[in-house]
Amino acid sequence: MLDDFMIRATLAGIGVAIAAAPLGCFVVWRRMAYFGEATAHAALLGISLSLMFEFSVFAGALFVSVIMATAVTIGQGRSLFLDTLLGVAGHSCMALGLIIVSFISGVRIELMAYLIGDILAVSKTDVLLIWLGLALVLLLLIWRWSALLLCTLNEDLAAASGLYPKRENFVLTIALAVVVAVGIKVVGVLLIISLLIIPAASSRSLGSTPEKMAIFASLIGALSAILGFNASYVFDTPTGPSIVCVASLIFLFTLTFSLLTERFQRKY
Amino acid sequence: MLIEVQSLNVQYGNKKVLENINLSVSSSEIVTIVGPNGSGKTTLFKAIIGSAPIASGKIIMSPSLKVGYVPQVLNVDRSLPLTAERFLSLVTNRNDQGSLRAKQILGSEDYLSTQISSLSGGQLQRVLLARALLNDPDVLLLDEATRGLDQPGSAAFYKKIEELRESSGCAVLMISHDLHVVMSASNRVICLNGHICCQGEPQSVASSPEYRDLFGSNIDGTFALYQHNHKENKSRINNSNA
Repeated sequence: MLDDFMIRATLAGIGVAIAAAPLGCFVVWRRMAYFGEATAHAALLGISLSLMFEFSVFAGALFVSVIMATAVTIGQGRSLFLDTLLGVAGHSCMALGLIIVSFISGVRIELMAYLIGDILAVSKTDVLLIWLGLALVLLLLIWRWSALLLCTLNEDLAAASGLYPKRENFVLTIALAVVVAVGIKVVGVLLIISLLIIPAASSRSLGSTPEKMAIFASLIGALSAILGFNASYVFDTPTGPSIVCVASLIFLFTLTFSLLTERFQRKY
Repeated sequence: MLIEVQSLNVQYGNKKVLENINLSVSSSEIVTIVGPNGSGKTTLFKAIIGSAPIASGKIIMSPSLKVGYVPQVLNVDRSLPLTAERFLSLVTNRNDQGSLRAKQILGSEDYLSTQISSLSGGQLQRVLLARALLNDPDVLLLDEATRGLDQPGSAAFYKKIEELRESSGCAVLMISHDLHVVMSASNRVICLNGHICCQGEPQSVASSPEYRDLFGSNIDGTFALYQHNHKENKSRINNSNA
């Protein structure tokens, strides 16, 4: 079954979307979008290093993302302009990565694949890695769910309940690093954040509890992956951007729906 | 002794926020911390619950001390759907006694299915207090818990705290700006301004020059109205509530 590249691509897309969505809820609730973006941009340095020294792209991206995550956890609360520092680090790594790639002959064309993803080229190993990453992220989130929610609400409340907010935040940033690393093959470093944020934003009006919102986000993510993949096949468009566009359409749809119901309720 | 703070210093960067703080809280005691804005009151609470960087000194808690903490504000991001009920269920170490007390504080259950961000000030404050009581704490930490309540609301709140202390025997350490209530409802008052200016029984603190330096002398009028002994004052709050 996995010999069919269509099935491999679909499985890869669904896997990344399902892992990204519940994590994306935390990114939205905690306003970490900027951090996610900086991590994804920095991952390009890892990719270029892996191309230069010929080791796994996944490992390279994961390595740099984890370093970013650790640096942010250490820097948290110490620097008032963490956002700016993140922007500096993320974009510097990306620029450096682009320069390194320019030295490697024959890779330039391949670069586009890492910027916007190349889902049709995923191998059996990639699918396996993606689903392992998915399992790891979901297990982490389910295991720490209540603690993470409490830390998101109020770190002092969490500390008073005997939790260590910094440790919980680290769990979240590690999960983010894993999603960035496995998502690169599917949607690339430029678009991976959209798979985190857009399904979460779409499901806000659908769920009345954080759990429902996360589950809806996963379903919307998976639906976007399937529909986007099919759309790219029918219209012959790049797959990663197609998946993101479908997710955006779903967002517009749920947004309109929630605005209309709100207006309706106010009127009557 | 439930909590003992010994020569505590807290520093954010180069800025000294708390200097040489020594204080203790014994069981079923109501201790109130007063002080101007930026005097380190909330930081002191953060140090006690373990979320402020302690530069030197130590905080000794009695073994297996259960703490109930009521934060000053709870800003729930609008993107996070969370009902009051789900918020209360995030406490893992609840017990039967605590659940019972929390139920009494909540009163009506009508608003439990409401989103936290849509609760009124009074409802949110009840939910926060109920949450802090779920583990039947040995000590309650209240950080300006009456913020956003009107005067009858605050009076009713402090009466509830007093009743809680009597029925459960828990100690209360609170930060407050309601100076008159502080003076009547506390066993001890600590006047904080980066360091401890003075501490002791409410009346001796109120008459100390350090306290007057901080809060001015125009508070005298307030005290004339509210300086009663403990029992009389309680009946006064009862009356105003009835």
